[in-house]
Order: sequence, then C-alpha cells, then structure tokens
Amino acid sequence: MPAVIQTVDLRKTYQLAEPVHALRGVNLTIGSGEFVSIMGASGSGKSTFMNILGCLDRPTTGTYALDGVPVAGLSRNELADVRNEKIGFVFQGFNLLSRTSALENVELPLVYQRKKTKIKPRDKATECLKRVGLGDRMDHQTQQLSGGQQQRVAIARSLVNDPALILADEPTGNLDSRTSLDLMGLFQELNEQGITIVLVTHEPDIALFSKRCVEMRDGVVVRDMEIEDQRDARVELEKFSGVTGL
Amino acid sequence: MKFFKLLKIALSSLFKNRTRSILTMLGIVIGVGAVIVMVAIGEGAQQEIETRINSLGTNLIMVRSASNSAGGVRRGSGSARTLFMSDEQTIREQCDLVMAVSGIVTVNGQIIGGGTNWSSSVMGVSPDFTVIKSWELEEGSFFTERDMRAKTKFAVVGKSIQDNLFGGGNVIGQSIRIQSVPFKIIGLLEEKGSNGAQDQDDVVLVPLTTAAYRLRGDSRYVSQIYVSAVSMDLLEAAQEEVSQTLRQAHKLIDGEDDDFSVRTQTELTEAFTSSTQTMTTLLAWIAAISLFVGGVGVMNIMLVSVTERTREIGIRVAVGARSFDVMMQFLIEAVVLSLVGGLSGIAIAFGVCEALTRFRGMTTIIQSDIILLSLAVSAVIGVFFGLYPAKKASELDPIDALRHE
Repeated sequence: MPAVIQTVDLRKTYQLAEPVHALRGVNLTIGSGEFVSIMGASGSGKSTFMNILGCLDRPTTGTYALDGVPVAGLSRNELADVRNEKIGFVFQGFNLLSRTSALENVELPLVYQRKKTKIKPRDKATECLKRVGLGDRMDHQTQQLSGGQQQRVAIARSLVNDPALILADEPTGNLDSRTSLDLMGLFQELNEQGITIVLVTHEPDIALFSKRCVEMRDGVVVRDMEIEDQRDARVELEKFSGVTGL
Repeated sequence: MKFFKLLKIALSSLFKNRTRSILTMLGIVIGVGAVIVMVAIGEGAQQEIETRINSLGTNLIMVRSASNSAGGVRRGSGSARTLFMSDEQTIREQCDLVMAVSGIVTVNGQIIGGGTNWSSSVMGVSPDFTVIKSWELEEGSFFTERDMRAKTKFAVVGKSIQDNLFGGGNVIGQSIRIQSVPFKIIGLLEEKGSNGAQDQDDVVLVPLTTAAYRLRGDSRYVSQIYVSAVSMDLLEAAQEEVSQTLRQAHKLIDGEDDDFSVRTQTELTEAFTSSTQTMTTLLAWIAAISLFVGGVGVMNIMLVSVTERTREIGIRVAVGARSFDVMMQFLIEAVVLSLVGGLSGIAIAFGVCEALTRFRGMTTIIQSDIILLSLAVSAVIGVFFGLYPAKKASELDPIDALRHE
C-alpha cells in the first residue's frame, strides 16, 4: 500500500527572541485508507505538525512526501495547488463563508482548480452534499444551519476535490457529544469508502473512533499504536439515544 | 476563464455586502458627478457667451476710424473722420475673402410718428447689412441698391419702435420723421431680444446714402464699416486683406500708422471666454479633488474590508487560492465599485444638468469626452487605490488568517 504521508526527521524552528523548537524530528508514515488520530497536549507541536501536513506551512528541515510527491521545498503558490488538489480540510471553527449557500461553500475549492475537469462544479458539489446527508439543505445559507450541519458542509467541501487525504483539526471541538458521535460516524463511513483521514484531537474518547493513534509530546512522536477495539459510532449513537430516551 | 471565475466571486462578494458596497461607491459617485456637472456648467456658460457674441454678426470684422489728436489731446477710437463712403466700395471690389460690406452712419435723434415720439438710434446702412447681421424681416421688404442710389426716404424699423410709436400695430406704410425728414416704413425686423448689453430691437435702419446726405449733411464719411468674411476660418486672413486694402486706399506709406482700427469677432470672443475658462478650470479642479478624496475613501473601506475579511481570505487560501487569486478578487472588487460608482455619477450628473436647465434656465453641455475621461479616471482610481489593500490581502499568512476571529 503506497504511503499517503511520509515524513522524515521533520523539524520546525520559530525564530523568536530565542529559537523555539516546535518540531524536533518527526518520522511518520501513513498509508492509504488509514484513519489516524493525532493526540497531544497544547504545546506538543501537533498544531505545527498539522499545518505542515496540510501544506499551510513549510518545515525548517526534513522531508515530507504527500501522495509520493515531496512538498517540503515548494513555493507558496505550488503549496496552494497541492492543497487544492490533494487535501481536504475540516476545522474546529467550521470556517465556512458566511452569507453563502451550502452549495457555494462546497464548490469553493473547485473555483480555484487549475486542471480542467469534465464534471461540472455544481454537480460535483451536489453529489458531495448528498454524501454527507445534506441533500435537502443545499440552498441554505451558512448561518441558517446548526453547528453539526455546518461541519457536514465543511466535510462535503473537503471531499469535493477527491483528495488523497482529509485533515480534520479538532472537528468536534465546538459540538455537543451527540452531534460529535454523529460526525464521527460520518468520518468512519467515509473511511470505510477508502478515504484516508488524519484527525487531530485532544479528547481520548474521540481518538478511539480511529484505527491508529499517534501521540506527540515536545515536538516528537512518543507513542504510535493500533487501536485494538475501535468504537463504532453508530453503535454508540444507538446507546446514547437509549440513555437519553430519544 | 479564470478571470471570469474571479469576477463572479468578486461580484457575489460585493452583492452580499450591499450596504458596504454602496457606501464605498458614494465617494466616487459624488466625485464623478461633481466633475461632470461643473464642467457642463462651465461649457454652458462659454457657449452662451459665444452665442451672444455671434449675434453681433456673421464672421464679423469691424472697421472704425482711428483716434485723432488735437493739441496733444487724444480723442479715442472713432473720433477721426478717416473712413470714407468710398472705402466701402473699395473693400467690396478688391477683397476676395469678403462676403458682404456695409458702411454705417449713426445718427441719434428724436423720431416722431404715430402721434408720439421716441428717441432711438438711426443707422444708415447698405442692403448687405442684413446679411452681415443675419437679420430677417418679419414684414415688408428691405431697401435695395436702387434705393441707395436714389437716396430714397425708406426706413426699416425694429419691434421696439413698433411698440413705442404705434402701440404694436401695423407699421408698414406708416410714416415717421427723423430730424424733420419724413421717412416711409417699408419693413419690420424680426424680434431679436437683447444681446446682453442693448436692446437690438430699438433700431431704425435707413439707406446709408440717405442718412449721409439728408440726415448728417456730410456725405463723405462713415462712422464704421462692417465686413463679413466668407468663413470663420478665413476671418483673420480677411481682416489682413481689409487692412491692406484700406492702407492702399488711404495711401499710407510703410511705417505709417493705420488711420483706422480693425477688430474681429474672435478677439471679442477670446476676451470673454478667457474669463469663463478660468472659472471652468477652477470648478474642474475642485471637482477633481473631490474625486481623489472619493478614491481615498475606496481604499479606506477596502483596507478595512481586508481586516474584516481575514478569515474569509484564510479559508480561500486553505482550499487552494493562490496569492494572485486573492489579489485579483480584491482588485476586481475595487475596480467594479469605482466603475459602477462612475456610471452612477454620470447618470446623476445628467439628472442634475437636466434639472438645472429646466428649473434654473442654465445652459449645460455634457461632452462625451468628459464622460469618457471621468469613467477612465474612476477605473484608474479603482486600480490605484485598490492595489494596496489587494496586495495586503494576498500576503496574509493562511495559518494566522484562519485563526483570526
């Protein structure tokens, strides 16, 4: 199975008053179809790592190959193209455009697409919204949707460019536990369809829905383990409904 | 293709923030509107003056006798008797660039008729005079060359004479007396109104020869000669030709001063228009400054907008917008705002000019070049003042931009 992410001795140093070593040599390989959660306390370097994985930032030294292509030395514009073609983002704060319909939000990455495609952006976006269960709310404006629905729109947006990788940064951080379960179910479903997902979280409960957990501390990976009994979000959701009597 | 996508993004973004877009445009709307209205008023004033001066005559060249001096006292233009009845004939025969010539003898006097009397200016003129002034007759006919030769006592009068002597009634065939000499009225001039300085209808025209022999008793001299050049373009050449012809006729040797003065309509026009031009320039500068201030307003709001929309920019960059895409979006927004503002300004200017003409009776002229110019200026303002905010937006760090609340 080819590696989607392969980092070798990835280091990042911020030149502030005194140099801050955010990453001190991260080696990580993530294969296609994996569902990995990255955990760590704040200051562990997981955000910096996340930004580099998402091609929003560049490492100081070390190599990073995304989908087999080395990206460490790419220019700002080349990184933008990589983000556009290979990565889907899901953020804690949803980061949808306000006063814009769900459909237009999902279409956004396709607007900036450079390669020519035969599929119409509108059709592709409609398909993705249906995939996340929002086929009936396509014309709703962002502010007319609940938090869970907004995050679903964000997930649809991350799917629209058929990415090699979906990067989710604390996707359930702003949601209640029921909606979180709901959303993790969606991630699991997408993963079953073969999509590689990397999820950053500080909640161990949430990490248990993934297949592999990587823990970071002080800029290095301190633990990397397979999760033996992965929780199934659908089962949990049924249990949850039973408890609250819904 | 890419451009149209960005244009679509920019337009929908402007449309989603209608209030902000309209406020941004306001500066440009007022600036462009002010420029056009002010220039239109200036042009209108200039044209009004030109029309008035043109009412003096067609391609007019005025010849007057020069000043004379007696015992060191110089008596001003027209005081010397140096223009002759024969000069009129000489100009008519020798000058090719001349269309019509008329000597003028002015006699002031009390006019008696219709059982009352009225003081007016009586002018002895040639039949050519109507050509020079482009005056038309309302009734009757004008005197002819034959009347000139016969020195007939015919008169053509203006509307004011009709009103003041005959109470607006029929004047053709009526008789009036000027300096006790009886004249028969054979024509009534069309009403012309005032030319700004004098009532052009308060006039009595009689044959030049009749005026010279019967009213003045001095048949050799004329007060002025009005000459009409064949065209406006040849006005100056005709002026020179008339000058040379008169110098020869008066047998002036080289180096000797002219004993007459020649002025053209253009000289008058220039004197009047230079003052209105100063006013127009002043107005245009004021308007241009307000347009500039409008431009700064656009930049101001675009800059605020960059800060306000940091997260939007972050999202766009995260999903793959290049710096250039973000910059173009902001630039297009600024240019569209300026252009739409410019167009609205033009529309409003048309409305204001129409209102000024209708309700204040002002002449306003909107020229197409000023419209094109102000449109171009507003587009340039859009680019010029939009570039800095756009560049700032495109240089935002996506990580910071996404974290921005």
